[in-house]
Amino acid sequence: MIPELGHYALVLALFLALVQATLPLIGAARGDIAWMDVAKPAAIGQFTMILVSFLALTYAYVVSDFSVLNVVQNSHSMKPMLYKVAGVWGNHEGSMLLWVLILAMFGGAVALFGHNLPPTLKARVLSVQAMIGVAFLLFIIATSNPFIRVDPAPLDGTDLNPLLQDPGLAFHPPFLYFGYVGFSMAFSFAVAALIEGRVDPAWARWVRPWTLAAWSGLTMGIALGSWWAYYELGWGGWWFWDPVENASFMPWLAGTALLHSAIVVEKRDALKSWTILLAILTFTLSLIGTFLVRSGVLTSVHAFAVDPARGVFILALLVIATAGALLLYAIRAPSMKMGGLFAPISREGALVLNNLLLSTATATVFLGTLYPLFLDAIDAGKVSVGPPFFNATFIPLMVPLIAAMSVGPLLAWKRADLAGALSRLKFAAVLTVICVLGALYAYQGGPVMALLGVALAAWAFFGAIIELTDRIKLFRAPLAESWRRAVGLPRSSWGMTIAHAGMGVAIAGMTGSAAWMTERIQVMRPGDTAQIAGYELRFDQVEERPIANYQAKTGTFTLSRNGEFLATLHPEERWFPVSRMSTTEAAIRTNWVSDLYVVLGQEQQGGTGGYATRLYHHPLVPWIWIGCVIMMIGGCVSLSDRRFRIGVPARAKRDRQPTPQPAE
Amino acid sequence: MRRLIYILPLGLFVVLAGYFAVGLTRDPSVVPSALIDKPVPEFTLPPLLKDGQGLASAELKGKVQLVNVFASWCVPCRVEHPVLMRLAKEQGVTVKAINYKDKPEDAIRWLNQGGNPYAAIGADQDGRVSIDWGVYGVPETYVIDAEGRIRYKVVGPVMPDEVERHILPLIKSLQGDLQG
Amino acid sequence: MTGVVRACLAALLIAVASPAFAVQPDEVLRDPAMEARAREISKELRCLVCQNQSIDDSNAPLARDLRVLVRQRLVAGDGDGEVLDYVTARYGDYVLLRPPFKASTYVLWLGPIAVLLLGALGAALFLRGRRPTVVGGEGATPLTPEERQRLDRLLREDS
Repeated sequence: MIPELGHYALVLALFLALVQATLPLIGAARGDIAWMDVAKPAAIGQFTMILVSFLALTYAYVVSDFSVLNVVQNSHSMKPMLYKVAGVWGNHEGSMLLWVLILAMFGGAVALFGHNLPPTLKARVLSVQAMIGVAFLLFIIATSNPFIRVDPAPLDGTDLNPLLQDPGLAFHPPFLYFGYVGFSMAFSFAVAALIEGRVDPAWARWVRPWTLAAWSGLTMGIALGSWWAYYELGWGGWWFWDPVENASFMPWLAGTALLHSAIVVEKRDALKSWTILLAILTFTLSLIGTFLVRSGVLTSVHAFAVDPARGVFILALLVIATAGALLLYAIRAPSMKMGGLFAPISREGALVLNNLLLSTATATVFLGTLYPLFLDAIDAGKVSVGPPFFNATFIPLMVPLIAAMSVGPLLAWKRADLAGALSRLKFAAVLTVICVLGALYAYQGGPVMALLGVALAAWAFFGAIIELTDRIKLFRAPLAESWRRAVGLPRSSWGMTIAHAGMGVAIAGMTGSAAWMTERIQVMRPGDTAQIAGYELRFDQVEERPIANYQAKTGTFTLSRNGEFLATLHPEERWFPVSRMSTTEAAIRTNWVSDLYVVLGQEQQGGTGGYATRLYHHPLVPWIWIGCVIMMIGGCVSLSDRRFRIGVPARAKRDRQPTPQPAE
Repeated sequence: MRRLIYILPLGLFVVLAGYFAVGLTRDPSVVPSALIDKPVPEFTLPPLLKDGQGLASAELKGKVQLVNVFASWCVPCRVEHPVLMRLAKEQGVTVKAINYKDKPEDAIRWLNQGGNPYAAIGADQDGRVSIDWGVYGVPETYVIDAEGRIRYKVVGPVMPDEVERHILPLIKSLQGDLQG
Repeated sequence: MTGVVRACLAALLIAVASPAFAVQPDEVLRDPAMEARAREISKELRCLVCQNQSIDDSNAPLARDLRVLVRQRLVAGDGDGEVLDYVTARYGDYVLLRPPFKASTYVLWLGPIAVLLLGALGAALFLRGRRPTVVGGEGATPLTPEERQRLDRLLREDS
């Protein structure tokens, strides 16, 4: 009964979305307030219905209702509760449901909290948002219904892929989709603005918080995914330039560019048509990511739900959404007025550089990810594009970006003094040199790229700090004065400092992992000791025991340094009998500056009692995720900026009355 | 002119969508052979069956034939086995085999159960020779011409449709070349 | 979402691999310098059955065979390029994770540079159009250094 209720709610949501997609749009065009006002209850109703549907599916998972096919295929009665719930989105159908849930949630949020939006803009935004909703709800109902029953119901399920039964991966999709789908807001705002034919600083101020929220979520989602790869895949790799990873990384890059260009629109009323284009493209990249992962056009090992019918549907959806938006753009954008003037050396100029580099980086990842497809489509042969390509092309683009990242915020709007900005950064430069020398000393040299990485990390981090201390006049004014300034600083400014500093921290982690990782692979018998990076690891024993839905083979290692006991480590190998797969659980001991990473491998044949063991020392690696979390916090701090809450009085007043569409 | 710039994104996207549409019709997991139209690699493999023939590059010259890479542990191989039987017994095609990373007793039992379509079977126990052939999965099937060159490769099980549409016509035309 | 990652679905054709990790202790060469070369080469080669992993990361049996092969070639005295050529001769360019620079990959390798240059050109034209001309225009007296400093300070506080 409950699954049918869920299915029914989904169909109702589709009807509400249809209403929301049409009436408010017509209302806005005709200046009919009553029609425009339909948007709010429709958006809230649509969200409620999808939530009911989502909860119904969750319920089926929680009680292990094996009469539902989706539950049979992705769950098992013995599975821990956390993974029963995570199983809801650990498969194609359920994850699409989560997708539309988040989509409707953003729509509902605009309906509830968007009081300061002009009514026509609000109606149009919600309308566009609902159009996306209609498309995806149709997609789910037509091709990916999670509520299909099986009769007779099997006694138990076939279990969720063991790799997904992991806390990191349980929460990865919700964050990732929050980001992916959150960019739909930027898209809806952009399309609504194109329909209105007007983009101004107020528009940028409204669109920025949604983009910031999506960006923060996506940052967290990507970080969780790579963290999972780090500890789960058994050797500490955390980024593979895999198409599925790239599918989430491209919207992140474009979204980062969008965040920055929207600042220019907001502050200086310039870069408007570019920002609109970026908003469209960012969400397009999210859709393309969804298409790539679910259609099987790229051979990614992790593509789930590879089904040509679904591929065709998503492609159609992508084409309608993006081609429609771009067509509107081609018609309306040329008449957009150019905004404020500025010199090349200025804050605006720096943000243009940021956008140039980030867009090129996005294009590079895009080209690399899709090139095999392009070549195959014209029968020009098969080619693989892997990490060596991306490292060779992407990193050189990041170097100037990070170098400029510290300088940009010190430049004044309109026209700036580059030499002055650089001279204010001399302290950061000194600290950077110290860090590089420190790295040289600690690692007795090392690859040049590593030193460059350290330099960039330090430059980004200290550059961000200097910018802050500069603004609050730390040590140049009395401390009380600095404190007053620090408190008075807008949250968005704090957010920027935090995010930029986090980027520096993350770069340090990436550099450390790439340049100074050490590895020991050997056969060890209980009692044997191995050395790595100045630590001694004694292999004590291996135990086997059944736990929940798997059989664990747990090793015990004693970690010490110079004979001094530090910790006991328990790497594990897990065997999942239902899905006939095994996973490795590395034991990781972190001191927040470096990780010691131990993996228990296979027992050697021949009954010698020896096990293949793999030991790794990963310097600075924890900083990758610490940096990402700091960036996300920066995004949230910026999001809490007061101006996003109070809106812009000037335009709000002017638009209290719905105006007919401006003539061009 | 300025207007063109604004239409550009749409144009690029349309091209992209076209690629995606074509991409949907392709199977990205099939890797083309690098050895097409090249002579078979130099190799010698011991026979799988005690009284049977082994396989070596020299024996792949002189007539058009198939080389099938199989293993008893490979599930898709079971699917194609009857097809190969029919090819060998009814259509008179010479099929030779490389037995990939298999236990000889398992392979022999397997052939006893399903029948033996192969004129010769080389046992590639460590898979080294198969690497020279560019094998990346089992089953794989190669069409070899009379000069001992690889002309065609099927990845995955040989299905009747594949036989009718590609393999038999190709064998015919290669034999025609030979006579002509 | 990073779903069924590295579960090697494509390995369906190959036997179900027993759980293993990438490089095994018995594969490691005695000479650390040569082993390091082998690792670097392995990172350039695609594991064909797992599609997007290098043979260095993969636990598929074929990846292991190729790792062993790479080491055999190195021990036999091949240079890094020769080893890659040896594998490419058997599996084609498809095994190379760094596509070779040739006619079919010009767009791939030159694309990013072209995008950057076109973007830079576009940005430069745009910036020229945005440049305020009034400040330095006719009749305006250039600012004295003190004035400029004051202006900069004001602008900075404004931001």
